[in-house]
Amino acid sequence: MSSPEQWTHPEPREGPAATAAAPTSEQVIAGLRATSEGGPELVQLLTPEGERVENPEFDRYVADVTADDLRSLYRDMVLVRRADREGNALQRQGQLGIWVPLLGQEAAQVGAGRALRDTDMVFPSYREHGVAWCRGISPKDILGIFRGTDHGSWDSTAKRFHPYTIVIGNQVLNAAGYAMGQRFEGKVGDADGEATMVFFGDGATSQGDVHEGFVWAAVYDAPLVFFCQNNQWAISEPTERQSRLPLYQRARGYGFPGVRVDGNDVLASLAVSRWALDECRHGNGPVLIEAFTYRMDAHTTTDDPTRYRHSDELEAWKLKDPIERVRVNLVRHGHADQDFFDSVQAEADELAADLRDFCFSMPQPPTSQIFDHVYAEASPVLDAQRDAFLAYHADFAGGEH
Amino acid sequence: MAAPVINKSTPASSVQSLTLGKALNLGLRTAMEADPKVIVMGEDVGKLGGVFRITDGLQKDFGEHRVLDTPLAESGIIGTAVGLAVRGFRPVCEIQFDGFIFPGFDQIVSQVAKLHMRTQGRVKVPLVIRVPFGGGIGAVEHHSESPESYFAHTAGLKVVACSNAVDAYWMIQQAIQCDDPVLFFEPKRYYHSGFMKAEIDTEATPEPLFASRVVRQGSTATLVAYGPSVKVALDAATAAEEDGHSLEVIDLRALSPLDLAPVFESVRRTGRLVVVSEAPSEASLTSEIAARVQQECFYSLEAPVLRVTGFDTPYPPAKLEEEFLPDLDRVLDAVDRSLAW
Repeated sequence: MSSPEQWTHPEPREGPAATAAAPTSEQVIAGLRATSEGGPELVQLLTPEGERVENPEFDRYVADVTADDLRSLYRDMVLVRRADREGNALQRQGQLGIWVPLLGQEAAQVGAGRALRDTDMVFPSYREHGVAWCRGISPKDILGIFRGTDHGSWDSTAKRFHPYTIVIGNQVLNAAGYAMGQRFEGKVGDADGEATMVFFGDGATSQGDVHEGFVWAAVYDAPLVFFCQNNQWAISEPTERQSRLPLYQRARGYGFPGVRVDGNDVLASLAVSRWALDECRHGNGPVLIEAFTYRMDAHTTTDDPTRYRHSDELEAWKLKDPIERVRVNLVRHGHADQDFFDSVQAEADELAADLRDFCFSMPQPPTSQIFDHVYAEASPVLDAQRDAFLAYHADFAGGEH
Repeated sequence: MAAPVINKSTPASSVQSLTLGKALNLGLRTAMEADPKVIVMGEDVGKLGGVFRITDGLQKDFGEHRVLDTPLAESGIIGTAVGLAVRGFRPVCEIQFDGFIFPGFDQIVSQVAKLHMRTQGRVKVPLVIRVPFGGGIGAVEHHSESPESYFAHTAGLKVVACSNAVDAYWMIQQAIQCDDPVLFFEPKRYYHSGFMKAEIDTEATPEPLFASRVVRQGSTATLVAYGPSVKVALDAATAAEEDGHSLEVIDLRALSPLDLAPVFESVRRTGRLVVVSEAPSEASLTSEIAARVQQECFYSLEAPVLRVTGFDTPYPPAKLEEEFLPDLDRVLDAVDRSLAW
């Protein structure tokens, strides 16, 4: 699986062809198909119709997944989606300044998130609410970012889930450095090894920092899984604007494996992520995963996708919904009854109501917070500025200010 | 991985006579011996010892996992150093030349500077970014710049500049021990100058890192400088003595946060201030100093604060750099103008 030969010297006819500088119409069509349909190398274990398909390479990574586990994956996805929809609604009601929806990407994120161990480290971008959930981070801890009370309130060291990174691609280098550290400390080399997973999108692959992250992780053999969620759209720009080549194939140029997985298939995302993490634990990292998925909602609540994409595209992707295929599979095999689905729905509604109450009761941060934690070791100059402003501010106490 | 054998550099006496470059090298070595989490990373810092040889011998003694010859990309150096710092390391990054720091600017401003605040103080970023800076070496474009004001302008960063060998030895160690990210500017023109050799007592107690220092006492006017300009200011003070002018010289050392209390105290006595820096003057550290001094010392000033700096141009071709850089004559001219006010 991980032989560099296989990945750095692909057979010419394997996988979608790269398009040329002046492509023929056949090449254009082949390229478009490669980026919009997933292509023949898409790893899928659960079809959109909920049918389990065999995969000789990746089946063993989910061989231990029981019906209980599948129900649990289903539950995670439903809860994550419900929290996401509540975030969207809270923005629409003016309770949040902005929301970044993950709708449609639940399987990619829950599959990856559930493949991680507590000892692994995660570097998210800013849409990874589903991965955060799997790290035991409450959606409440994310709300502050979007309500404007803080920049994220989870303990990134305890949870091993780095703060959200908004500058596109920055976190890929930070993750590469962290993974280098894991290797330098000798925490890599067997099944108990540590690994790091970094999340970024299709748009980020154009950033220099992502390129440099690929280079660094490769030359230092860092135990790093690059988890690229290709949700087809970087705000208004399609993946074709970022790459001629299917993104997972870029790994070949850097000398490590790249795999395209059906990002709407939680089982496949789990399997491929487990495989990739396992490779890293054993010292065979890094690995690139391209999770082929779809951003079902807008980029953020400020975005209007009707200006740049057709609604029939969305309709087509609705048929590949990540949650529905698991529900169908559970029903088909008699692994879940209506009571189960009702109870998950009730739990989701409760989660949303709780999140909503929490949001409404979030306090206005104190003025002094502006000055907090700028430095680990106090700066007398900043302290003087703070003291002067707080004294000025205090003059208004009890007044109209 | 077996621990590399470290050749302890323990001289018979605690006093050594070192150039500025050798003093930095010893400072780095001492910090690496004291804390196994200290790692050095940058382009050519390993086998070659850096293009200026500041890290000479470190990789041989500490191993490839503590002295990293990195790929050639500055954002990568800074960005991975952030991750290593999050992991608990104390990386010391070398940027090969001042003008090459800009590919890493995004990581410095967006991540290095903000991570501590973003995490409510939970994540510290104790990394040092060493930057050989300033002109006077006859180099091609991008090799002689003074970009320190960009970083002093950025909240979350600390910025220092050493001007002599003794400070170089101590300040690099203090910067490494600091829990905040520190931009460490080194006057590359004096790395190997014999006249900058100094007796360094490694058993001495250093002054605090973020403190300016009066390096020459005087009463007629005050000169403030940092990095390579300190020598220019001192030379000017020596020359002015012949004209009967007693100039006080203050080495800022800390550029962010600025320690201006000794400057205020001095200006209240002398009533005149000339600030010297190689950087362009517009919206710079020298503007900040002028603004703060007029605010704090308004009634003591006998003349406006004057500045002797590089011009508001890109750094010129090397044949013109002596005209561009502040020199003794331009500093004395400014002193004369101040006195004549």
